[in-house]
Amino acid sequence: MSHTIYKDLQDEKKDIKKTQILQALESEDLSATFDDALDNEMVLNMGPQHPATHGVLRLLLSLDGETVKKCVPELGYLHRGYEKLAEASTYHEFIPHTDRLDYLQPMANNVAYAQAVEKLIHLEIPERGKYIRTLIAELARIQSHLLAFGAMVMDIGALTPFLWAIREREKILDLYDLICGARFTTSYTRIGGVAQDITDQALKGTRKFIDEFSGYLQECRDLVERNKIFINRTEGIGYMSKEDIISYGITGPTLRAAGVESDVRRDNPYLVYDQLDFRIPTYPDSDCLARYYVRVEEMVESTKIVKQCLDKIPQGPYNAYSTKKVLPKKERIYTKMEELIHDFMIINFGPNPPKGESYSAVEASKGELGFYFISDGSGHPFRTKIRAPSFCNLQALPVMMKDCMIADTVVIIGGVDPVMGEADK
Amino acid sequence: MRAFFSYMTEQRLNTLKEKLSNYNLQYTDVNGTPSITIPNENLLDVCNVLKNDLQFDQCRDAVGVDRFTKKNRFEIIYNLYSIPFKERLFIRVEIDGKNPESQSLTSVWASTNWYEREAYDMVGIKFTGHPDLRRVYMPEDYEYFPLRKDFPLMGIEGSIPLPNK
Repeated sequence: MSHTIYKDLQDEKKDIKKTQILQALESEDLSATFDDALDNEMVLNMGPQHPATHGVLRLLLSLDGETVKKCVPELGYLHRGYEKLAEASTYHEFIPHTDRLDYLQPMANNVAYAQAVEKLIHLEIPERGKYIRTLIAELARIQSHLLAFGAMVMDIGALTPFLWAIREREKILDLYDLICGARFTTSYTRIGGVAQDITDQALKGTRKFIDEFSGYLQECRDLVERNKIFINRTEGIGYMSKEDIISYGITGPTLRAAGVESDVRRDNPYLVYDQLDFRIPTYPDSDCLARYYVRVEEMVESTKIVKQCLDKIPQGPYNAYSTKKVLPKKERIYTKMEELIHDFMIINFGPNPPKGESYSAVEASKGELGFYFISDGSGHPFRTKIRAPSFCNLQALPVMMKDCMIADTVVIIGGVDPVMGEADK
Repeated sequence: MRAFFSYMTEQRLNTLKEKLSNYNLQYTDVNGTPSITIPNENLLDVCNVLKNDLQFDQCRDAVGVDRFTKKNRFEIIYNLYSIPFKERLFIRVEIDGKNPESQSLTSVWASTNWYEREAYDMVGIKFTGHPDLRRVYMPEDYEYFPLRKDFPLMGIEGSIPLPNK
């Protein structure tokens, strides 16, 4: 895949005279001494199967001793061609595929996709549906940030916080089981609402989890935040200037850790975020420690949002009423003729949107997750473009890794928190 | 229907039109978000004005499209965002089908580097002045462009060598 990079790096080296180490290796004098033992550049291939690269990310590092001189990220090991698949499936058919985009927070992807289609077909969903979506999107944020927190700390060497974070994350997966019947690949949203109403039992379980979560999160934080090793390993590591961060199109916690208060939930409110009270945490340092703090504080804010949703969630319909666009309820399909016909038409031909284009984005845990649709009036999108935050954020790695130590590369990757399912599409 | 996105204010849109009045641009609307079609030869000048004078400081995405029409088969749509004004703007360039080439915007927004690589990989638009135009997802020796409309969904047999059984 990247033979040319190797060749480039090797061509550069040809010009350099044989280093002392190479000369010593070829000579028969075993007691050779060097002026500078590190006077030797080498190319290290990190990944795609590396425990600390969060999936199949491959980095080519050009090293001078232990210092990274150049970094080239290579993608495509998880490329499944989702944009091509989307062109061949109806709008409904693509919903299960969105689970596999950012597999650490499938609910948020479901919400983003359904919202984008609704914007394309001009459909407004009822209040209860909006509250359910906000609730699950925020649970997804906690779920994703918990893993980001645990994995980043584990890459530094602390195993306990990772296990504790996974324990909490497990509870969220159990809640998903109550809400939609699946723990991992949820596919919960439908165009016009959600697949089924949220039960009182699920709401009760969510409230119990949220009440306990703040305490558990604080316990996890106490383990790391006053730890000298953790602070030394993250403070000032992976620094990237604010101008660079903006120019490289970075969004999400990495952008907010550079002191830019930019969040789709606040800037262009969707769902019910304009009726909720929450803070956008920002830090000015733009290093791995700042990114850590932004994520952790976002979890605290998310618990607040979930609490408000639980208090405010209204009774009423959870699906929009639009016979030609929204799937009818199953029990009505089996008993009523009209609903059977509509279900057949929607499943086979899709909710035909008007000709045109549309873009809609949400704030996922990694940044702005958007879908650009081009519709030709048929049931299939003519073109679907997924604006995946991880793909865009990975561009920053070469800048962040310039002149860092090789042990810091895993910390920097943990700070950016990419998910390859999303970056590779 | 409530807007998912805040629209660009009338006043801002007028300033934008005024600043760009020297160029032959077409203004359209993408479901509530303004969009400008820019002729290929003015692309870099217009983008510099957009970035420096109108503060569209981020390019958040680029969409390569194969329209499959006889004239101007390809199109690339850049997704611009202004952090201080919290506004979105699409700019689009229509590209001829016979020799799909467009100017690279990497000198204006650094982020377009990978977006343009992706558009090249998937749709086959070449970007002049791009520092590192390699494929992103597909193998480097791959001959086809998968998101073109004439590429079959099932793929082309033999295009990717598989390991021997």
